[in-house]
Amino acid sequence: MAQNKAFVLFPVKKQSEARVVITGAGVVSALGIGWRANAEGFRTGRVAFGPVTLFDVSRQRAKTAAEVRLPESSSNGEDRASQLLMLATKEAWTQANWEPGNDLPLVLGTTSGGMSLGEAFYRQAITTPGKRRGQPTRVLHYQPQRQALELANAFGFSGPITIIANACASGANAVGHAFELVRSGQAQRVLTGGYDALSHLVFAGFDSLQALSTTQCRPFDAARDGLGLGEGAAMLCLESLAHAQQRGTTILGEIVGYGAASDPHHLTQPDPEGNAAYQAMSAACENARIRPEQIDYINAHGTGTSLNDSAEALAITRLLGNPPARVPVSSTKPSVGHLLGAAGAIEAVVSLMALREGWLPPTGTTRELDALCNFPVVRETTRAEPQCVLSNSFGFGGANAALVLRRYS
Amino acid sequence: MSAVAVGGIGVVSPAGWGLKALRETLASGAPGAVQKLARPGLEKPLDVRQVPAPAQRPACFQHPRLRRSSAITRFAVSAGLEALGKNEVARFGIVTCVMSGCVQYSRRFYHEVLDNPAAASPLLFPETVFNAPGSHLGSVLGNVSMNYTLVGDPGTFLQGLALGATWVAEGRIDGCLVVGAEEVDWVTSESFRMFDKDFLLAEGAGAIYLREPRQQSEVTLECVTDSHLYSGRSRLEGAKAMRAQLPAADLLVDGIQGMRRYDRAEIEAWRDWTGQRLSPKRLLGEGLMAASPWQCIAAIDALQQGRCSSALVSVVGCNQQAIGAQFVRA
Repeated sequence: MAQNKAFVLFPVKKQSEARVVITGAGVVSALGIGWRANAEGFRTGRVAFGPVTLFDVSRQRAKTAAEVRLPESSSNGEDRASQLLMLATKEAWTQANWEPGNDLPLVLGTTSGGMSLGEAFYRQAITTPGKRRGQPTRVLHYQPQRQALELANAFGFSGPITIIANACASGANAVGHAFELVRSGQAQRVLTGGYDALSHLVFAGFDSLQALSTTQCRPFDAARDGLGLGEGAAMLCLESLAHAQQRGTTILGEIVGYGAASDPHHLTQPDPEGNAAYQAMSAACENARIRPEQIDYINAHGTGTSLNDSAEALAITRLLGNPPARVPVSSTKPSVGHLLGAAGAIEAVVSLMALREGWLPPTGTTRELDALCNFPVVRETTRAEPQCVLSNSFGFGGANAALVLRRYS
Repeated sequence: MSAVAVGGIGVVSPAGWGLKALRETLASGAPGAVQKLARPGLEKPLDVRQVPAPAQRPACFQHPRLRRSSAITRFAVSAGLEALGKNEVARFGIVTCVMSGCVQYSRRFYHEVLDNPAAASPLLFPETVFNAPGSHLGSVLGNVSMNYTLVGDPGTFLQGLALGATWVAEGRIDGCLVVGAEEVDWVTSESFRMFDKDFLLAEGAGAIYLREPRQQSEVTLECVTDSHLYSGRSRLEGAKAMRAQLPAADLLVDGIQGMRRYDRAEIEAWRDWTGQRLSPKRLLGEGLMAASPWQCIAAIDALQQGRCSSALVSVVGCNQQAIGAQFVRA
């Protein structure tokens, strides 16, 4: 493999601002593998939840999750999270028709990396102390940077690897950071996205917080009772418009804005007024140089938990002004679950699908709308021609991020 | 702006709490004490270097967010507050870097899950998340701006420095606190020993506060090299490529810790170095993401004390990248 070009991470040479376009998108979720299967599922609001089969949940409150059915051929000895990451990258890479290179930064979001390997390591360490068989491999491949390096090796590229672990906003932060690298001219192209596989520790963690729904994930429903966990990966090939045009490649859409803000209120609960969510959305709009009323659709974080949805509803209402602009909102988490570190990335891809294919993804499970929702919630398959979409992601620890995507013209 | 200034430094290490303890240990050249950490299921304990209990409980630990927090959070907050000192800024960012992260609570929580998931503590789980230390630090400081947690091998701390410095240089924020932190647990100690039985895992944190330069004699971060990945090349090749990007300087602060096999790449890359040299990890142990800030802080302190006018930091990370930085004092 060619060696890195000799550039430095700091100081960064100031360049003129570039337009940032998406030339490849790959997605793996419980709805299926690839753009087509996922687009059809999101368009119709198909719910892909089922009983958990990956670990024992018999002693827990919640029993369902949105598991991915991985093809047996995809294993190659990798753990589940790496397989998800590889599959999504393969689709994005092929679509973008990218060539390997030595100047390609990789920006990933994840919350767990290879958590299932960490769990296996611990189980063996306590049940058979001193037995080393398989343990060094688990230690190595558990770490997200090793999974990222394997990805780089598999696709033959090199460049700085940045792994952002901002809980459930990780994926949006990763895509946002990648967008900034291209827009500022620090990179001509960046591979970015998020991934997370279901793991027992994380499932039990959300269950212990009583944050998991025991019925069905129903974002913005007055009687919502929690979130549903899923797994998957979504990857995006970002490049400067000039670079994409020079290659003569198909442009799928454009990222035009990114905003991030921190909420110091509580480790697991948002500020009830949604102040940081509002700040992130406002910053993203400002960054995109658009007014909130120019947004045609908001893909909400919409977890289905009482606290998140009420704070987000207030923040969206505040963003849309008084009287509020009639901007349709929906959450796609009832379909594929909360993908944690991949959530922001897959929701960016769903937003891209809406822009490309002319529909709005419904939140089909919501019945009676929460009175706090002063905006229309999309609950049925809807034809539309959105030009500009806002995608929200909020996480534990007060991480808030928003992305603005636009139809390319 | 082509350089950003170091507005403050803070450190927690096996030498103790604060810069003074680190400075004294580095000056003495005497390795810190080694503790024995019980390994459940085995008679033989693990050798580690832990942070001693503070002589006086830091006042910041009374903050409501720190009541149940783990060691790594306390290290990160303490180092961060020391680095921030009396700097008052309206718009500041935080970049927290970890490798193993909140491993103590993760291990405890998962153990409870295996015992009985229905009884696993909801208080522990949120503290297992990678960004818990950065979030607590942000909450203590009332931060509402950028707050990233980066995960990677110890070289990631220098990536974090570059990110924070870029935010400051671009004027997006007035200052940025860049923190690296780790905590020791038998799980991580045992894990690293699988690759070299001499691994002496250590814990602590280091923080560097970056802001715009204000006066001539300040220490500035001049450059962070490219991230020289170990993809398709060896650690030695990565280390040599990193070294080739760094300019001449008076002082080198390396990551050598006295483990022949592990240190080989870095020793080879700097074989012909004839200037002053410091190797903090020889005295403090392998602090992973805490160790690279210790190196940076040793370099910055030497510059601030007038012992040199330019210093290099070399981080040949364990499984991701070799990366270096240069600090100078005009």
